[in-house]
Amino acid sequence: MPTHESPSIRLKTIAGFSIQYLQFMDHHGNLTQAIPNDITPETLLKLYRAMTLTRLFDTKAINLQRTGQMGTYPSCHGQEAIGAAIGLMMRKEDVFYPYYRDHATFLLRGTPMSDILTYWGGDERGSAFESQPDNQDFPICVPIADQCLHAAGGAFAFQYRNQKRVAVTTIGEGGTSQGDFYEAINLAGAWQLPVVFVVNNNQWAISTPIHAQTACKAIAQKAIAAGFEGIQVDGNDVIAMIHSMKYALDKAREGKGPTLIEAITYRICDHTTADDAKRYIPPKEFDAAFAFEPLKRLRAYLEKELGWDDTQEQAMLKELNDELQAIVKQFLERPKAAITDMFDYLYETLPEQFISQREELTAWNNIND
Amino acid sequence: MTNITLVEAVNQALAYEMAHDENVVVFGEDIARNGGVFRTTVGLVEKFGPRRVLDTPLAESMIGGIAIGMSAQGLKPVAEFQFMGFIYPAIDHILNQASRMRNRTRGRLSCPIVFRAPYGGGIHAPEHHSESTESIFAHIPGLRVVIPSSPARAYGLLLAAIRNPDPVVFLEPKRIYRWVKQEVLDDGNALPLDKCFVLREGSHITLITWGAMIKETLEAAEELSKKGIHAEIIDVATLKPIDYDTILQSVEKTGRCVIIHEAARHCGVGAEIAATIAEQGIFFLRAPIKRVTGYDTVMPYYKMEKCYLPSTHKITTTAQQLMEYA
Repeated sequence: MPTHESPSIRLKTIAGFSIQYLQFMDHHGNLTQAIPNDITPETLLKLYRAMTLTRLFDTKAINLQRTGQMGTYPSCHGQEAIGAAIGLMMRKEDVFYPYYRDHATFLLRGTPMSDILTYWGGDERGSAFESQPDNQDFPICVPIADQCLHAAGGAFAFQYRNQKRVAVTTIGEGGTSQGDFYEAINLAGAWQLPVVFVVNNNQWAISTPIHAQTACKAIAQKAIAAGFEGIQVDGNDVIAMIHSMKYALDKAREGKGPTLIEAITYRICDHTTADDAKRYIPPKEFDAAFAFEPLKRLRAYLEKELGWDDTQEQAMLKELNDELQAIVKQFLERPKAAITDMFDYLYETLPEQFISQREELTAWNNIND
Repeated sequence: MTNITLVEAVNQALAYEMAHDENVVVFGEDIARNGGVFRTTVGLVEKFGPRRVLDTPLAESMIGGIAIGMSAQGLKPVAEFQFMGFIYPAIDHILNQASRMRNRTRGRLSCPIVFRAPYGGGIHAPEHHSESTESIFAHIPGLRVVIPSSPARAYGLLLAAIRNPDPVVFLEPKRIYRWVKQEVLDDGNALPLDKCFVLREGSHITLITWGAMIKETLEAAEELSKKGIHAEIIDVATLKPIDYDTILQSVEKTGRCVIIHEAARHCGVGAEIAATIAEQGIFFLRAPIKRVTGYDTVMPYYKMEKCYLPSTHKITTTAQQLMEYA
């Protein structure tokens, strides 16, 4: 409230805040500060490999869609460092509540990537993770921000049972405009839940740019309103991402409450295969974003610091392409699901009132075949 | 054994199940220290502590959403919405998530949740506090919708709902929260879901209803019996899925039926029941199927709510008209 017009009115400051930003590696792969000791060359190579496979996976998935072998697909081009850091730093017993640009996280949590293709191929079995019946991670969440509340509920269950587990959820910057996001962070603060909110701020919610989404200076500051820490991180700097994830996960595990990590990145792709970003992203801005994408700078860093060379790169690419081929084969060769599945998993036991509809479905589809 | 009201029966069922299953957690707005605005949760926080009986921040979508995360971790959340008029922000979670989680993960995750809310008119409540929108929920695949109509059925059906492995929307008829007292044995015995209850046997006409309209329907049956018309009363109790066997058997016997609900007529659950009777029991009928329901207009604020709600007289008159068919 301005006081210069009424100098007799006195105000006192009762709270203040600041948002911190973390980066270790600039656009060119040069260190901006010394990296933490616990980050080993093996870790960085593992991340590089996962991020590269994610890039190849996305490219392949788009091709599958373009050739009519798969449905609409949201790529995570340019945002691989965020998902990879989450996937690497979470423990097996933690639970992931994804949105829909988390392919790198699934990959590093050991989720069969053919299941992800199965999902986007229009088949619910893609969320069944049949080879991992104990997997408690949530399925991909399409309604925006619902997953934040599911994560809060899961985190409550961990807290209730005194388990040292953490719920991790992801959301886009556009999703943080949703009421469910605010309701989730508010509860997480009030109940000091062991949950980490990671915001993939890729600047665009389909066609809506960040400045039209919010007047906040940083999405991270939304956590302040909920009474906990929000930090902004260079989301294309995988070192900064794993460091901040480790910090937030450790903190939650020790019972010290939630953290919001705003990961700054850029969506160097369409929203999904059903979208055409050329309609709304200025070409200059879009092209410029390739200069600071995460893979290029990590490779530059690895070349400078670890002597990564083209022979190693080519050998890795060959391995990853073979891996990818096996994933795609598994997806394409998966036998069809039974049509009765649409009834058989609706309830634990299908109420007898719906059995005749299940029979009707079978009868009509046999005729049509 | 003591005589208790429907409110007390809800409380008794919650307490019983909390005492026997530590996965049961109860939460909502003002339910702990205050015991809920209708006092259904009174005493629970004292018995089971603030970790299991939780006052939440004031946000209904959150109440629906966290129940999903809790239940997928094996808890048995009983989420209270203070009034049905405030459940709508949570419909996204009930429809998009809770009702489909088992199906969309092909059985890997499930959501055994009870979403509780008091519903219906007739208590002179503020605006937005008196609607009966059960058909919105009855339309959603994967859900169960349960409405008790007496203390004994509130106790038995709520226990069944909490023990059910799938999500249940449990709507409490607040107009009859304290209407009658009944002997209810606190023995932990659940009543069956997906079953109708025949509350009164009769051979001339079937009156089909649920929830608070049981009161007027029972009164109407009394009136009719004085005129020599013996009405059978069916309490539908589970509105999804509906026990059509019981309904059709009754209609086969009587040849006449009136469906009574206080919800608006269009796409009300009565329409579904009428359609099924027409599809499967049309040759049993000696008279048209009739509905006595709320009107297809906004539930009026309390000065006019009595004119909106189906009256005993209207039920009696409609039944008598049907008796005039040969």
